Order: sequence, then structure tokens, then C-alpha cells
Amino acid sequence: MISNIVRKEFKELFTLSTLLPIVVVAIVFGSVGQMVGNIGETMEDKPVIGIVDMDDGDFSRIAVSVLIERAEVVYNGGNAEEGLKEVRGKDGVALLLVPEYFSQNIHAGQPGEMEIYWMMRGAGQLDLIPSGVVEGLIQAVNHEISRTLIQQGESLDPAFVLDPTSRTQTTFLKGKEIQGLSPTAIGGMLISQSVVIPVVVMMLIIMAGVSVISSMGLEKENKTLETLLTLPVRRSHIVIGKMAGSALVGMIMAAVYMFGFSRYMTSFQMSDIDLGAFGLALGAQDYMLVGVSLFVALLAGLSLCIVLGTFAKNYRSAQALVFPITALAMISAFMIMFKDFDTLPTTLRILLFAIPFSHPMMAMRALMLDNYWLVIGGIAYASAFTVAMIAIAVRIFNSDRLLTGSVRQGGGLARLVWGLRRQRTT
Amino acid sequence: MKAVEVRELVKDYGSFRAVKGISFDVNEGEVFGLIGPNGAGKTTVLRTIATLLQITSGSIAIFGHELPRQAGEVRKIISYLPEEAGAYKNLTGKEYLDFVARFFGEREALQNMVRKGAEIGNLGERMNDKVDTYSKGMTRRLLVGRALMVEPRLAILDEPTSGLDVVNAQEVRRIINNSVEAGTTVLLSSHNMLEVEFLCHRIALIDDGRIVASGTIPELKREYDAANIEEAFVKAIQ
Repeated sequence: MISNIVRKEFKELFTLSTLLPIVVVAIVFGSVGQMVGNIGETMEDKPVIGIVDMDDGDFSRIAVSVLIERAEVVYNGGNAEEGLKEVRGKDGVALLLVPEYFSQNIHAGQPGEMEIYWMMRGAGQLDLIPSGVVEGLIQAVNHEISRTLIQQGESLDPAFVLDPTSRTQTTFLKGKEIQGLSPTAIGGMLISQSVVIPVVVMMLIIMAGVSVISSMGLEKENKTLETLLTLPVRRSHIVIGKMAGSALVGMIMAAVYMFGFSRYMTSFQMSDIDLGAFGLALGAQDYMLVGVSLFVALLAGLSLCIVLGTFAKNYRSAQALVFPITALAMISAFMIMFKDFDTLPTTLRILLFAIPFSHPMMAMRALMLDNYWLVIGGIAYASAFTVAMIAIAVRIFNSDRLLTGSVRQGGGLARLVWGLRRQRTT
Repeated sequence: MKAVEVRELVKDYGSFRAVKGISFDVNEGEVFGLIGPNGAGKTTVLRTIATLLQITSGSIAIFGHELPRQAGEVRKIISYLPEEAGAYKNLTGKEYLDFVARFFGEREALQNMVRKGAEIGNLGERMNDKVDTYSKGMTRRLLVGRALMVEPRLAILDEPTSGLDVVNAQEVRRIINNSVEAGTTVLLSSHNMLEVEFLCHRIALIDDGRIVASGTIPELKREYDAANIEEAFVKAIQ
């Protein structure tokens, strides 16, 4: 008796709509894990650096020996220009320059100043790992000099002995030269662009997508679709009307969600830094591009949702259909949080570009770094995607699919499916 | 002009042929009934005429407008009531009528339509309540009101009294008759023979996607030597 009930329960509960969300979530975590899995390797890899020792004193030699031992040194000479060129050419992380009087200053109880030139390739969280490793090397240099000072027994200020060097930092980031900030500090400044914006866009797409797909499911479940389709209104107007209404609901829901989330994220943000002072501020034209990018991405997402919504048989099946959208939105948001578009492998770059709602997630960071082509290209692509999806949706609305779940006979795909079915039955 | 002209209509769902070449006309101002058992093809024919389904082969013209080429024009002059229709549950009855009326008129015309829909639905103060709180009979009356308030030239009613109790069903029949008197042509389907005898001027008996007989009710009774239309139908499909 119990087994009979168990069998019935299993059949009722173990359906495509219950299985699909789990599969999608597993895929999302799997793909993110694939990316995150490289952190360990990246941290263990010796960072590629260049060294310019213009001091050639006892403490600078200590510094150079520590660096040579723990890093892959692609340049070790006396010319800063050559060093920079070499480090850039070898995809290096930084050039560390030890200027004249470095050792002399330390002996005199003054901090020995080091100049660090960072080559920052992206502002994603994973892009910052190599520079974090080099910062660890600099701490090791500091530590070794402190140890030497203590061994020499010189009578010095303990605070100075514990931190005997100072750093001046210059970061080169996609053609921009940012004075006084390390990549880690820049990453902290851009946390809003790296984390908050992808999450805002992801929530907006998911909320609006849920609205439009649920609306299609409800139309079928409540038996209102047939009436709607016989009213004197163009199919394209029904599609656009559903999209606009869902966008409105999605925006309200995302705004409510984001109110709490933004308060949470504020605690991580370095709000007192003026991005404009470092050449990272956006102008009115940039904000307009971000707005346009967000608008077309939302339309693209909704147009895809309305096509998916035509497969919904009722409200419950509509919920399962939301998951492809959720997965795509999550994949793009996570990729953008962890990596810059330019630092992704080519296949992931193609995937990211192909997901239309990834573009507003990237837009602000791209515009800060003057990558206009990525943003404009993204807007053009998302617009074309929207037009194509709306055309498909209108075509489906004009076919029998909405009511019967099949397309009109005469379509190539339909003929193929029916042909196969017939073959199977005969 | 004929209200509806159907010629050799065929409708396939994949490899299944639901309608197998049927032809009939509906005259302007009459009530024409498609009568048959479940699965005979009645709803498919009505849905095709209501511009919801594509025609596999054959032709349909509504007041001279051909389908599917002039589907937009047809939608302006028809009103379709599906058998299992519902209304938007989060709207009030009045809001639902207003939503539909906006596709047919503006300002005063719109107000008149909503007023007429409310009268037909006869829901009184409950018009201001959400549809979600309505009983099945109330929802059906609201939907009949919605279908007829726009004064369509052709009303396509699929089992208009389906699931209603005797009182509500009688009320809906009265509403349909009033609408016909006001000039609406009605094409309906039913397997309720009493309803058919009460409402229809002419009927077509449909079985397995084919029309097996058609005419006025007295003609069919005479032709099959039957006491009532139910008996005539059984003899026709045998």
C-alpha cells in the first residue's frame, strides 16, 4: 500500500518542472566553480614581474634577492622604460623600481621608497589576484629588511623597523595611468561597478522575466488567452504590451529588492574616493549609453521570455520556464563579477557577448575605461536580438502553437517531428 | 450577404484530421447551431472561424471578409465566447468589461458598452468585486456580458450555458435571444438538445469532423422521422 502511494508521489513530484531548476542551479554553480577553481593555481603561480635596481645598495640587494626567489623575473636591469616594455610584453603584473638612496635612507632611519608600476588587465575579482600576490611579495621584502635591521642591532624606531619601506604606486589600466592607487584599491573603488550593477541587472531581468512568463502561464491557466486573441488588436501590440507591463512590474520589484541590497553593499564600498580624480568618472553621454544599454537589454530579456512563455501550459509550468533566464542572468553576473570581458577566454567572451542582458552589467566599467565599442556593439546586438525575438513571438502568436502547443502544418520543423512520430508508430 | 460562409473546411492537428471538409452558411440575423458529441470537431470549427486557428484547407468568409487574409477586419465584428473561458482574476468585473471595451470604442461608446455589459451580466454591486470572488455562474454571466456588450455582428458562442445551473442557463438563453432581436447573428455549439431547440433557427449535426445533416429543427425531425432532435441526431450518425 505504502509503495503504491510512494510511486504515485514520485510520479507527481519528479517532473521536468521540478528537475529543471536543480539542473540549472547545478550548471550555474558548476560553471562558476570552473572559473573560481583557478584561484588556487593563480595564487600558487609565481607572478611575472620586472625589477629595476637603481640603488645597488645592501638593502636593495636584499629586496632583489627576495623577489628573484619568489617571482618569475622577466627583466632585471637599470632602465625603467625597457623594464616596463618587457613586463607588458610578457603579460607581467608589475615593475618594481628601487630608486637611488633606497639603502642610504633606511640606514638613516628613513623609509626606503619603492616605486611600483602595476599592469592591471581587468577589474574583476579574479583579475586582482596576481596583484594581490605581488603585494604579498612586497610584504616579504619588508619583512626581510626588518629582520636584517634587527640583526644589525641598530638603534631605530620600532615602528620604522616594522615597516622600513614606503611605496609610490602607478597603475596602468587599459591605456589609463592612475597615480597613487594599487589594483586592489582600484578594485575596491569599482566594487559598485563590479558587483552591485551586475546584481541589479540580474534581479531586474529575473523579476521582469518571471512577470512576463507567469503572465503567459496565467493567461492559459485562467482561460483568458483565447478571448484576448480574438479581440481587435494586433498580435505585435499584445506582445509589446505584455513586455512593457512586465518590465514595469519587474522594475518595481527589482527596485524594492535593490533597496535592501544596496544598503548591504554600501558597507563594502569606499565611498569617500572621487573616481573623477583618477580619470574614472563618467560623463552625461556615458550615463546615457548605460541607460540605453539597460533598456535594450531589458527588452531583449523580455522578448526572450515571451517566446519561452508561449511554451507555458499553466502557471506552474511557467515557473520552470523562468530557469533558463535565471541561469543566463546568473552566469553573466558571476562572470562579470569575477573577470573583465577582456580577460576572459575567447569562448566565454563569445558566450558573455551572446547573452544580451550581460551588456548593461559590463557597460559602466567598460565606459570608465573608454571601451565604447563593447558598449555600442552590445547595444546593437541586444537591439537586433530583441527585434528577432519579437518577430518570433508574433509569429508564434499568429500560429496555432499558443492554443494547441503545436505549430501549423507546413513548417519544416513540424513536418520533421510529425514524420518521425509517424515513423515510430508504423 | 451571408454572415458566415464555410467551404470544404479541413483542419489538421499534426497527423490528426479534426475537421474533414465541412461546408455550411449562416444567414445574417439567425441563430445557427453546431450540434454534436464531444470530440466531433465543433470547437475546432468555432475557433477557426474566430481567427484563433489556422485553416489547413478550404475557405471561411465572415460578412465577406476572408480568413486568414482579413483576420483583423473579422476581429472587429465578431465576439467569441470559449467554452471554458475565464476572466482576469485580479480585476473587478467592471474593470474587466472596461478592459475589453477599450478595444472597441472610446469615451461615450466605451461607457455605454461597459454599462450594457454590466446589465447583461446582471451582477449588481458585485461588479465592483474582484472576479476571483465570483461563482462559476457569475463568471459565465460576466463573460456573456463581455461577449455581447460590443454588439458584434457575429457572436460565436461555444457551449454558452456549459456548467450553469438551470436558472443561470435560462438567463443566458434569454440574453442571447435579446441580442439576436437587436440584430446580432449567433453561431453556437452545444450538446444540450433542449437549448438547441429553444435557441436555434437552423442547425448542423456534426460527427467525427463531418456534417451529417443540416436544416431547421422541424425539417430534421421530419427527415429522420424523429420525435425530437436528439433522436434525429442518433439516427443521422447511424
